[in-house]
Amino acid sequence: MALEDLQHNFLTGRIEDLARWARRASVWPASFGLACCAIEMMATGGADFDLSRFGMEVFRNSPRQADLMIVAGRVSQKMAPVLRQVYDQMMEPKWVISMGVCASTGGLFNNYAIVQGVDQIVPVDVYAPGCPPSPETLMHAILTLHEQIRTGEIMKRRATDEPTHLDQTPESWTPEVPVAVRVGTPK
Amino acid sequence: MSDPTIRTAERIDLLAAETSEGAQELQFRRDTASGQLGREVGAVLRVDGRALDPHSVDFDRRDDETMIINMGPSHPSTHGVLRLMLELDGEFVLRTKPIIGYLHTGMEKTGEELSYVQGATNVTRMDYLSPVINELCYSMAVEKLLDIEVPDRAVWIRMLMSELNRISSHLVWMATNGMDLGASSMMIYGLREREMILAFFEKTAGLRMNLNYVRPGGVAADLPDGWQDDALVICDTILARTYEYDDLLTGQPIFRNRMVGVAPMTAEEALALSVTGPLLRSTGVPWDLRRSMPYLAYDEVEFDVIVGTYGDNFDRYAIRLNEIRESIRIVRQCIDMMPGGDYRSQDPKVTPPPRARIGESMEALIHHFKLFTEGFHVPAGEVYSAVESPRGELGCYIVADGGPKPYRLHVRGPSFVNLQAVSLLMRGGSMSDTITVISTIDPIMGEVDR
Amino acid sequence: MAPPGVVVSEGLAADLCCFPSREQYFALIESFRDDAFEMCVDVCAVDYLDYPDRWLPEGVVATRFEVVTNLLSLSKKLRVRVRVQAGDDRPEVASLFTLYPGTEAMEREAFDLLGVLFTDHPDLTRILMPEDWEGHPLRKDYGVGKVPVQFKEAPGPR
Repeated sequence: MALEDLQHNFLTGRIEDLARWARRASVWPASFGLACCAIEMMATGGADFDLSRFGMEVFRNSPRQADLMIVAGRVSQKMAPVLRQVYDQMMEPKWVISMGVCASTGGLFNNYAIVQGVDQIVPVDVYAPGCPPSPETLMHAILTLHEQIRTGEIMKRRATDEPTHLDQTPESWTPEVPVAVRVGTPK
Repeated sequence: MSDPTIRTAERIDLLAAETSEGAQELQFRRDTASGQLGREVGAVLRVDGRALDPHSVDFDRRDDETMIINMGPSHPSTHGVLRLMLELDGEFVLRTKPIIGYLHTGMEKTGEELSYVQGATNVTRMDYLSPVINELCYSMAVEKLLDIEVPDRAVWIRMLMSELNRISSHLVWMATNGMDLGASSMMIYGLREREMILAFFEKTAGLRMNLNYVRPGGVAADLPDGWQDDALVICDTILARTYEYDDLLTGQPIFRNRMVGVAPMTAEEALALSVTGPLLRSTGVPWDLRRSMPYLAYDEVEFDVIVGTYGDNFDRYAIRLNEIRESIRIVRQCIDMMPGGDYRSQDPKVTPPPRARIGESMEALIHHFKLFTEGFHVPAGEVYSAVESPRGELGCYIVADGGPKPYRLHVRGPSFVNLQAVSLLMRGGSMSDTITVISTIDPIMGEVDR
Repeated sequence: MAPPGVVVSEGLAADLCCFPSREQYFALIESFRDDAFEMCVDVCAVDYLDYPDRWLPEGVVATRFEVVTNLLSLSKKLRVRVRVQAGDDRPEVASLFTLYPGTEAMEREAFDLLGVLFTDHPDLTRILMPEDWEGHPLRKDYGVGKVPVQFKEAPGPR
């Protein structure tokens, strides 16, 4: 059958492009506010910066409904297992933005209480610098993530990446159930 | 799976064990000592009596009648990472225990590592809704130790910025409180008005939050040209908008039903629990450090201390709304009465030489370098300074050993202390009231955990 | 104002400081409470391990740990600071919980971060650190826990 026999206009394309396009335009963040950055994250969702332009104003309180975790603020040793558990509860595909220097590297607080970079606990896609990042910086990070989603590999599953924080690599690594994450008392 | 450290579907207990905090959590009644049980049901010792009030504690519940549930630390309405454990009888709350520390940042330890010059960078990140007031408290403590005078203009700039900060903090509170109660438009309005103040901060200090603007000896920079016009626009707009909030919330029946008469507290209970700020004032105690123990130049400006009557949620809401209006009054007086002169102390011990002199004078360059690498030495001693933050008495206790760094830095966060009232306020309320109670206590977790 | 036997001195900025012994501590606070000091604003502890030669008035023997209590009188508009020497190896003072219930969390914090024990505290558990944490981080012999920052793949000179 030739295309000219069809009666309506239509577009052809690859299913991957369609899936990427749809995913990119409806990334729902989980509201995982921790510290100062959470206030700026709220401001980004507010009237002046209007995150709904990118289809992202729906901050989901349940991790089951969220695609993106914005780690907004410093992650303490006590919070680390909770953070990992919330990440585990999110459905694939999922992405992580590390917002602010404290989440990215520990920042000013290079001490016993703060996890020096949230990438020790969950895989991070985009790091947003700043203390706290202004809403423009966060939106830039989000747009960078959108670009990654639009051009990225759609079948890639994040949980297959082995965590980098373990002292010893477990022999059999089951993708969906990661290892205990409490970092413990620094010696 | 033989390795016990690996979490699998079979080892689901590891998942729970990982986030468990053991003895910090709410235990069954049979495992709880009576003193602690009394605390968890919200019994507060009266100032005049020694024993627990027996009528306010129901000890004779059995564990199989009740249910213990967990709320947080990642919960939309706990304002950050507060975690609560509640014992419920059906829909009603019997016992509550807050579990905190999920944002413990070790700021007091870091504060001992940073010099007095750098210290303001650290404390400003504690209460992230009122950074200026944190810096102010810290700077006042350091200035007391150094025994230096701050010029008039710096005092008034500090007052102007503190009050603007108080407005923005209360606006965020109005926004989040509205969101918790389902009034989502309040959320958008509150954050929209706050942006005006943040724009003023950005113009003055260069940052939107965590300004590091108030420093020992004065402030970091003078106010920008034309600041009076900006500040007047802020005052006029926000004052007009507060009346819109009245229309939106104050008279609205759903809002009133969830706020009026819910979670009352008496003045004795508030004093016994060391509660300060709007929570204390809502019970009818007119205690505002700005009026009672004036600092800066608060004794030269006119404002009213807003006091409630019943100590319920609605009083706390009304106090915060009216404090916005009072702060606007103070800002207007700051605009009129702003004196000229230096914006920081000219004492060469704490103040670096002006930028222009560094280029031409070697001594000035060395002085500047020494001040920002080593910092200034502060005479030995210990000092406690307190200011009125939007949440209550913010105190800073510094022990100095004569070196350039504090020997011990302790901050008395008002939210940390106010949070103890949570068991009292929630007792007997329904599950949905917990949301309004947490919201009206207004805990800022950065300050609770420090 | 203070009962006999308690050392009183003027602190900075005209704050009144009292230096009771551990035995006098509870009775002193109680007398202050009966003397219209309605609120206990703050309880914190200080570890003087690296600073043993600090100034103290005559008759007060310095120990490693010191508990500092700030009281506030709303009716008199007055503050008073009580500094009690809490001991060296096993610092312990009386809990103020029965006098001021609001000190519960502050004393737990002092216990958690500095390891000061409070006798008769209803629930002396950790409050800020995780339950399985070892040590008390604000002690001076406890390291800051700094992780050295390394720039592995720093860009070369441009």
